[in-house]
Amino acid sequence: MSFLHFLILLPFLACIFIPFIYKKLNIHLGWIVVFVPLFIFINYLLFIPSISKGNYHAFSMPWIPSLGINFDIYMDGLALLFGLIISGVGTLVVVYSIFYMDKNREALHNFYIYLLLFMGAMLGLVSSDHVLVLYTLWELTSVSSFLLIAYWYERKKSRAGALKAMIITVFGGLAMLAGLIILSIIADTYSIREMIANVGIIKESSLFIPALILILIGAFTKSAQFPFSIWLPDAMEAPTPVSAYLHSATMVKAGIYLVARMTPIFGGSATWFWLVSGIGLVTLMYGSFRAVRQTDLKALLAFSTISQLGLIMSLLGVGSAALYYTNGEAQTFYAFALFAALFHLFNHATFKGALFMVVGIIDHETGTRDIRRLGGLMAIMPATFTIALIGSLAMAGLPPFNGFLSKEMFFTGMLRATEVNMFSLEWLTSIFPVVAWVASVFTFIYCFILLVKPFLGELNQSRLPKEKVHEAPIGMLIPPIILGLLVVFVFFFPNLIGKYLLNPALYATLSAEVPAFEIIAWHGFGTELWMTIGVIVFGLLLFFSIKRWTIIFRVFPDQLSINSLYMSGLENMEKKSVSLTDRYMTGNIRHYLLYIFIVTFSVLIIALVGFDGISFDFSTNSYITIYDIGIVIAMVAAAFTTLLTTNRITAIVSLGAVGYIMVMLFVIFRAPDLALTQMVVETATTALFLLCFYHLPKLGKRIEKMKFKLTNLIVSILVGVTVTIMTLVATGHRLFTPINEFFENAYELAGAKNIVNAILVDFRGFDTMLEIAVLFIAGIGVYTLIKLRPKGDDSQ
Amino acid sequence: MKPKANDVILHTVTKLAAIIIFTFSIDLFWAGHHFPGGGFIGGLTTAAGIVLLYLSFDIESIQRNLPIDYKKMAAIGVLIAVFTGLAGMFYGDNFLEQTFGYFDLPVFGETELATAVLFDVGVALAVIGTAITIITSISEDEL
Repeated sequence: MSFLHFLILLPFLACIFIPFIYKKLNIHLGWIVVFVPLFIFINYLLFIPSISKGNYHAFSMPWIPSLGINFDIYMDGLALLFGLIISGVGTLVVVYSIFYMDKNREALHNFYIYLLLFMGAMLGLVSSDHVLVLYTLWELTSVSSFLLIAYWYERKKSRAGALKAMIITVFGGLAMLAGLIILSIIADTYSIREMIANVGIIKESSLFIPALILILIGAFTKSAQFPFSIWLPDAMEAPTPVSAYLHSATMVKAGIYLVARMTPIFGGSATWFWLVSGIGLVTLMYGSFRAVRQTDLKALLAFSTISQLGLIMSLLGVGSAALYYTNGEAQTFYAFALFAALFHLFNHATFKGALFMVVGIIDHETGTRDIRRLGGLMAIMPATFTIALIGSLAMAGLPPFNGFLSKEMFFTGMLRATEVNMFSLEWLTSIFPVVAWVASVFTFIYCFILLVKPFLGELNQSRLPKEKVHEAPIGMLIPPIILGLLVVFVFFFPNLIGKYLLNPALYATLSAEVPAFEIIAWHGFGTELWMTIGVIVFGLLLFFSIKRWTIIFRVFPDQLSINSLYMSGLENMEKKSVSLTDRYMTGNIRHYLLYIFIVTFSVLIIALVGFDGISFDFSTNSYITIYDIGIVIAMVAAAFTTLLTTNRITAIVSLGAVGYIMVMLFVIFRAPDLALTQMVVETATTALFLLCFYHLPKLGKRIEKMKFKLTNLIVSILVGVTVTIMTLVATGHRLFTPINEFFENAYELAGAKNIVNAILVDFRGFDTMLEIAVLFIAGIGVYTLIKLRPKGDDSQ
Repeated sequence: MKPKANDVILHTVTKLAAIIIFTFSIDLFWAGHHFPGGGFIGGLTTAAGIVLLYLSFDIESIQRNLPIDYKKMAAIGVLIAVFTGLAGMFYGDNFLEQTFGYFDLPVFGETELATAVLFDVGVALAVIGTAITIITSISEDEL
């Protein structure tokens, strides 16, 4: 176990101690918890110098060595970038939650345990080199996210949101598991690094596409890509620190991480390029379009997160083209898109975290998140407004904020996508910049809604649930201020993080040498700048005319939304399975018997025919005597009497007749012991049948003609025919010589002249022992059934 | 209660027949080693004899004269069968390995004695016990 292992496992360790210290604390639990992410963050910072030089750190810890499953950590630029975001935003979120979550009213120990579980899982996920460990932690993030969304479990909507997130992300997680297993079978290793080294074998495998698609389903569900994005808006029922942390900065980026991590393996193939960039663009467009119509601030941010994740995803898709080219220049050309993706990933974590915290403050201070009720908060909450300004303008992509830089780079990447000419469907790439531009216009609009609606205009106190609205406490403001400062700082010194974080991460994503990129804030009057100006102009125009064109949302009715498709799908699935189960689980034993018989003879006949087994050999049969014929005729007659009689007592007696004729059969076939036993047993069972008959309740004593069903007839005939064929086939094909010669030595071996008895008590005494045990149990069963009946209930 | 009919003939015949049935069943039991018969059928015929007694007399008087708990009898039978199996293990044999030998006994002369007979005793006791338990518990049941 290395120090890095300790860092990753530290949140889990901390979880163990929280319940013990929780009750004894007088201060807010968060003050203790905050040291965990802070410590991790500081230690991760110490990795920067060595990793920015292009080194990596690999450590292994045995977990299940016999199966080749080890907790292998691989710390490179990508893992470090994510690790810093997770621990850094984690620290700020914990600080924020100290002021957001009430010490006395909330179950804080639960909150922080779930949060730390999530943090540890996420840290391990991004550093794991072993695909199965990665999957384990992936599911742990799903589970802890489920717990966090339903933190206020007494609310119905929280539970519904948590359930939906769980179903969708676990569905994706399982698909991903299948994909990862396929991948590790192809590559014959669990290590991602070794898979990258053996990428040639993987690309040639016929299972390449299934693995690719399955893994992408995992990534898309986790990162709320279209059409799996529906869980994210519902996850907003979680406490705001959770939304800020999980559903903007970290967990939703796990899918992004997976795509980036798998890019060296799958990148360069057309499927990967089209799926990742295409779905990314669709998500971008869908999210930004839907965000505009939201009236709840958190829902707006949720859709904006979906949209921004789509943006990053589409850049990763375009950037994967870099792996198609071996020539350095073209590779660098597309690698820039990957670089932009990583840059925007970082920027999004900063400004989206800040924006969620701002929304949390507004909610906390005014009691509502509905933009129709809010307004005029600028004067009351100047600090909150400033952060919101920074955050939303950064998201809209305006200078002087970091979003401007990454948005420009996004346009560059999309424009370069039009020059992709190695995959078929070239014409489609020319749509990329258009979609990107339109989506940016919508992004601009919702960013302005976020900024203008709550803060500008008139304050209408009567609409607010809380009496006196005032600025948030300073502790609640510090984390968003830090993030806001970071947003501005990155704009002015982008190359600081570019050099130390993004270029190593790019190197890890591409797993190939490319020259380090520089981020330039001002790059002349290029197409990108004109596009940004166009976004601002059209965005402002549309924003001010928003009432005129919101009518277009009515074109898309709610019934056609993916959410209602999902809900009705779930409902239908439940209904259909209930009706299916109701249809065959009738509770009627006759039906179950029918299933059993049908399956039995079907399997037997299919096996017989399938293995070409129907052949008869009567050469070894003995002669049929007149007695045999007589007995068979008598038995058939008695059997048919049992079947066809309308009288119950006739059935019992004729069944007894069958038994006694059987005794004769045993006599003829020279089995005296069997004959004796059969006779006594038959007498006993017939007596018992008569007893049952005698005790049948008077009311239900209907001597009616047996309900004759055609299906029953057919099935019974088929069963009879099948069994007859089986018996005839089996007797004609004796594979081994019988072992009866051994038993003929009964006198020498067991001192008994009666072979049957020698077999029963000596050679196979074990069977007899268990049979008398069965008999004994049956006797005790009858005794208890009769004696231990509940008193006073004589009707049954 | 209905006045009881005077079943003198039935009682007399039963007393005679029961002795014959019990003798026959013991014969079946002992014959089992060399001739048709054995523990199972021997037990069943004994049970049939007891049932005949129950039929012609009433349950209370038979219980009084044959004070046997048939549930315990069945359990003892199963236990005997298991222990005869275990006994062989003390001599290093396998479970349920039977043995036999010829001994010169004072009255019977040279006689074959086999452990399998002990096992058969278990079988017979289990069969008698179970059969009578079932029949008496059903017949005692008030419906």
